[in-house]
Amino acid sequence: MRAWGWILYGVLAAIGLAGFILRFATGHQLAGYGSYVPWGLWVAAYIYFIGLSAGAFLLSALVYVFGVRKLEPIAPLALVVALASLLMALITIWFDLGHLERFYYVYLRPNFRSMMAWMVWLYTAYGLLLLSELYFALRRHLPRYADRRGVTGFLARLLTRGRKTPFTEEEIHRDEGILRVLGTIGVPLAIAFHGGVGALFGTVVAQDLWHSPIYPILFLTGALLSGGALMTAVYVFFWPRKDERWREISLLLGRVVLGLILFDLLLEWAEYSIPMWYGVGPEFKALWNTLFGPFWYVYWVFHILLGVVVPVLLLLALGLRGRIGAIGLASFLVAVTFLAIRLNLVIPSLVHPKLEGLVHAYHDHRLTFVYFPTWFEWSVVVFSVVLGFTLTYVLVRILPVIEGRLLKEVA
Amino acid sequence: MSELESRRAFLEKVASTVFAGMVLGGQPVKAGAEPLKVELPPRPPDGPILPELEYEDVLVRMQRDLERALNKGTIPKWVMVIDTRKCVGCHACTVSCAVENKLPPGVVYRPVIEEQIGKYPEVSWRFLPRPCMQCDNPPCVPVCPVGATWKRADGIVEIDYDACIGCRYCLVSCPYQARTFDFGENWTQDTPGQGHMPYEELPTFEWGEVHVRKEAVIPHSPVGNARKCSFCLHRIEHGLLPQCVTTCIGRATFFGDASDPESLVFQLIHQPNAMRLKEELGTEPRVYYLV
Ligand code: SF4
Ligand code: SF4
Repeated sequence: MRAWGWILYGVLAAIGLAGFILRFATGHQLAGYGSYVPWGLWVAAYIYFIGLSAGAFLLSALVYVFGVRKLEPIAPLALVVALASLLMALITIWFDLGHLERFYYVYLRPNFRSMMAWMVWLYTAYGLLLLSELYFALRRHLPRYADRRGVTGFLARLLTRGRKTPFTEEEIHRDEGILRVLGTIGVPLAIAFHGGVGALFGTVVAQDLWHSPIYPILFLTGALLSGGALMTAVYVFFWPRKDERWREISLLLGRVVLGLILFDLLLEWAEYSIPMWYGVGPEFKALWNTLFGPFWYVYWVFHILLGVVVPVLLLLALGLRGRIGAIGLASFLVAVTFLAIRLNLVIPSLVHPKLEGLVHAYHDHRLTFVYFPTWFEWSVVVFSVVLGFTLTYVLVRILPVIEGRLLKEVA
Repeated sequence: MSELESRRAFLEKVASTVFAGMVLGGQPVKAGAEPLKVELPPRPPDGPILPELEYEDVLVRMQRDLERALNKGTIPKWVMVIDTRKCVGCHACTVSCAVENKLPPGVVYRPVIEEQIGKYPEVSWRFLPRPCMQCDNPPCVPVCPVGATWKRADGIVEIDYDACIGCRYCLVSCPYQARTFDFGENWTQDTPGQGHMPYEELPTFEWGEVHVRKEAVIPHSPVGNARKCSFCLHRIEHGLLPQCVTTCIGRATFFGDASDPESLVFQLIHQPNAMRLKEELGTEPRVYYLV
């Protein structure tokens, strides 16, 4: 099993590396999007990853801010996953830029009327906040590792300035206080930046499907659901000690995931039924095309079947009756197929022509309203995933993320 | 059709009756009487039937308008007018624009939208050239995260190719899809010849700047940028009309200063048949269509 995991990792890493190199060698030439469908898989993947990050972070906030003690063991891990997903998101959207080398212009010459500028600034704040939260959550364990050699020892000495005496109750208490403050800043920040991503789309007048007040809300629930599901899957499958506490927490998380699936479905009903009900209007055709057009399976198979029906059945029939593995599987399905929802948020509006007949005006493969992600685009997304996984893995190996200890020690 | 004809016939009858009544004063008129023959005024023995018509090419007129606008000392208000009735769908403007700005494949500033009306054999075509509308309330401007695109005082929406990071947010925000992204492709790409053709290496002078495009790990702008029609700002600044205006074989495209009541475009945009695309969005386009 373990060996297979590493083989899979190796294959994905090779694919990702190929995408990475191609991106630099050939720019955007191998990508499938064009000028009439200017955003594609990378933008969808980016909002997917950033949603995972916001969701995982808000889960940690349950512990640090709202004092849900029961979930305490997974809070530092949630921070690590949030950090890794943030990195995945930023890398993906960085690759999407036409001029990678100019990304820092957003800091040098921001235009704060632009939702995109807001987003970048809020991410930066959020990234810094994540790092400091992680620091205050973990530093109490570090003196124990100060004598070690290698990265762990080096980090332990660096971060605690060579301290060897363990942290006192009082100091730990103070750190908890700091964490509460940081988390309290973080919750509105996470809501702002992820709602902001929704607003980035929702504020665009030219795109009939995006231009809807429900978008920021949809993005937020999506974040909670996908991030929560990812954390649940990671916890169920990879938590080193599968004891009674693990069962309890898994059951709780499973119930949360189920509730969020249903709530998300309700919002989606609003998103689709309101513009479609009477069968007229610009959105009708575009949504109809999403449901029954050439890419119907993205909605029906990947989203509804694998992302809703199967997980809900798994949870109800097995998971919540004590088969913890089913909870993990259901959550894994939800987390992975959420990309389908993200794709269906970004692409359908774009493939809907804004001026009838424009496509016949000038023939070029970049000037069409058909879009399908190319292998190259997928490989770049794989690169981001591999990177995120690697970061998570390295962090749990070198830092006492799990129950205050390194992965090796608990396993 | 027949209903329409009979109605027209009826109206003609009534009208001729009324008209005859007016001309003939109190004399009774019988309905259905022969139409009156109008006597032509006596013509001078050798003179022309009509007074001599003066014809001047609109390009000459617009050139004069342009000079006046550039020399008047205040900021002009550039607008474009496109007479859809005169457009024959030859795409000469699209091509001349591509030549003027050395556009690579996939980048187009002024496509001519073609729409078929009806089905063969009862069919006709409608043409609609679509430059950038240089909106007065441009949705593409506030979205730019780095402020690389802005509205100039003369109305043109400018892009700074050296500041644009290529995020394409402006592309998705333009309701007219007037912006295209430079993917760094070339006309000779994947053709058996060797290397680029000379025309692919010429600089472009858009926005009054010199840019030589090149694909590389760090691409040379405008590769990797959002690009769009500039109303040929670089030509206007030198007293030349936009390239699409001068090439239009149907004389269907007009350009000039809408703040000058003497200008041709001023007179055209104040006609009742002047319309703009997607007015309901409130983008206030600077391109008018005569329909
Ligand atoms: S037509 Fe499009 S690109 Fe041109 S100014 Fe208006 S919104 Fe911007
Ligand atoms: S593509 Fe360039 S001009 Fe357009 S919004 Fe992005 S940075 Fe601004």
